Amino acid sequence: MSTSPQKPATSNKQALNPLDLYDVRSELSDEERMVQDTVARFVDDKVLPVIRDAFEKHYFPKDLIAQVAELGLLGSSIEGYDCAGMNAICYGLICQELERGDSGLRSFVSVQSSLVMYPIHAYGSEEQKTRWLPAMAKGEAIGCFGLTEPHGGSDPSNMKTRAKRDGSDWVLNGAKMWITNGSVADASIVWATTDDGVRGFIIEKGTPGFTAQEIENKFSLRASVTAALFLDNVRVPDENVLPGVIGLKGPLSCLTQARYGIAWGVIGAAQACLSEVLNYADDRILFDRPLSHNQAVQIRVADMARRITTAQVLALQLGRLKDAGKLSPTQVSVAKWNNCRAALDIARDARDLLGGAGISAEYVPIRHMLNLESVITYEGTETIHQLVVGKELTGVNAF
Amino acid sequence: MEKILVGLKRVVDYNVRVRVRSDGNGIETDGVKMSINPFDEIALEEALRIKERGEASEVIVVSIGPSEAQQQLRTGLAMGADRAILIESAEPVDPLSGARVFLELVNREQPGLVLLGKQAIDNDNNQAGQMLAAIWGCPQATFASKIDIQGSTATVTREVDIGLETIEIELPAVITTDLRLNEPRYVKLPDIMKAKKKPLDITPIADLGVEMASAYTNVAFDPPEQRTKGVMVQDVAGLVDALKDKGLI
Repeated sequence: MSTSPQKPATSNKQALNPLDLYDVRSELSDEERMVQDTVARFVDDKVLPVIRDAFEKHYFPKDLIAQVAELGLLGSSIEGYDCAGMNAICYGLICQELERGDSGLRSFVSVQSSLVMYPIHAYGSEEQKTRWLPAMAKGEAIGCFGLTEPHGGSDPSNMKTRAKRDGSDWVLNGAKMWITNGSVADASIVWATTDDGVRGFIIEKGTPGFTAQEIENKFSLRASVTAALFLDNVRVPDENVLPGVIGLKGPLSCLTQARYGIAWGVIGAAQACLSEVLNYADDRILFDRPLSHNQAVQIRVADMARRITTAQVLALQLGRLKDAGKLSPTQVSVAKWNNCRAALDIARDARDLLGGAGISAEYVPIRHMLNLESVITYEGTETIHQLVVGKELTGVNAF
Repeated sequence: MEKILVGLKRVVDYNVRVRVRSDGNGIETDGVKMSINPFDEIALEEALRIKERGEASEVIVVSIGPSEAQQQLRTGLAMGADRAILIESAEPVDPLSGARVFLELVNREQPGLVLLGKQAIDNDNNQAGQMLAAIWGCPQATFASKIDIQGSTATVTREVDIGLETIEIELPAVITTDLRLNEPRYVKLPDIMKAKKKPLDITPIADLGVEMASAYTNVAFDPPEQRTKGVMVQDVAGLVDALKDKGLI
């Protein structure tokens, strides 16, 4: 019988939480901890039991919409309009816990909160706010955000969708691509070029000439709806224009909000992968000893924990800056880049460490890995974020 | 009834693998996730449902514990309790002393019902509720899996070894809650903000004038023995031999 080193039951030091080596949680306020706990419990009880089936069968688990709304997770940063009015750290923690479940569900909440409710709140008229925000907070109205176009997403200034004035109306023509929630949205925030610059339009479901086509056969974000939007002489009244912003800074400011949430969210996916690997490496006996007793395995899990720790500290400080009103988009780019890269690398390595089991949906890494291929791409590819930082450092726009 | 008093104990979260402190004097709580004792959370949920049915007008959550137990009380307020009382004690409080503290609060608040978890998952004593009923001189119904309030009586279904027992008791009374009584609600984000404005009174335990019992002293804490690796046997005879070798048969 081989003797394997036993873990000591007592030690002089308290064991660290492998998913939070720097005890970032101790930096949170009571409210922030409560938010994390309630979302974590929701994910454990209601998301994890259904998400694998949704991913495998490629559908969005719509039953969860009412539940996330009931918890107050939609538009959580907005004050008033039946929204919770929580701080940026809370929004980050919501994203982190939801994405520990699945990036698809987190994407749904990111889009609704940061890309739809945020611009309506920041740039909308009072009528637009009272009409849409309470309904969106309750999950009764779903929104989507149309910026990216079929010819490319990284260069939004080359926008081909146009809106032209016609009397007191606007007429829109063009197409949008890779739109999360696109085919289920009651209201789409569509960005279009006008003679004055880029403007945001609220386009309601069923408006003549406006159609959404779901993108099928994705190998990523399978538990989330992605669609293409087509605008063929879509006529909307002037009341549907977001009056508060003209120019690309409108949609870009929304992206800053959403990217902030993503920087937090992917930590959850990475934690889920590391947790799975640690359990597996303890249980799996290879060459008469648990996998976790090998130096090569320890180095790899240590590296995962290091990168999660870095991501957590980065996200926390980013959140503190945001709450202090000092956030710069470049700082968000650093975190989106670093944390998505970390999470994707962790998920890929976790899948590999699980060997054959790693290709089975019974274990979470391959699902997170496939999801994160989207997450590292959308809301600014890794390259775009690198160039944002490069521009900050050199003062030269190299896009 | 007017008031329901609910006990919320701060304990190590049920998901955490507890570790004995290096000095052997208890378990490690530094940097460990702490939560409301799950049975107490069920007690609070039940109290809130009773109130929501219009059968009570105020739910007061009480914790005896360190200053940090305010976190658990705030969670209780976010779930829907109306106000909170922390009886602050840096040292752990044994069940009898805890029952005496509750009796003092009962005398002050005059609740129609005290709802407690059947036990706390840290020490598993399962004593405080019974002791409170005894020193208060009121009826008790323990291990409740169903509670019906009709005016000044409560019909309580209890989970006992042979099945379910239904009893009727006069109020005021102490009821302790079992796992299957209800499923506690999720804390909603807007309610977390509202909870910040609800009253939370803190009283040092010494100020209550309650005699602290010291019926026992903790001598040692030991972690469960590590499971040793199993051995494979070829057949039944091998199994019997192995058991004989170990002196088990």
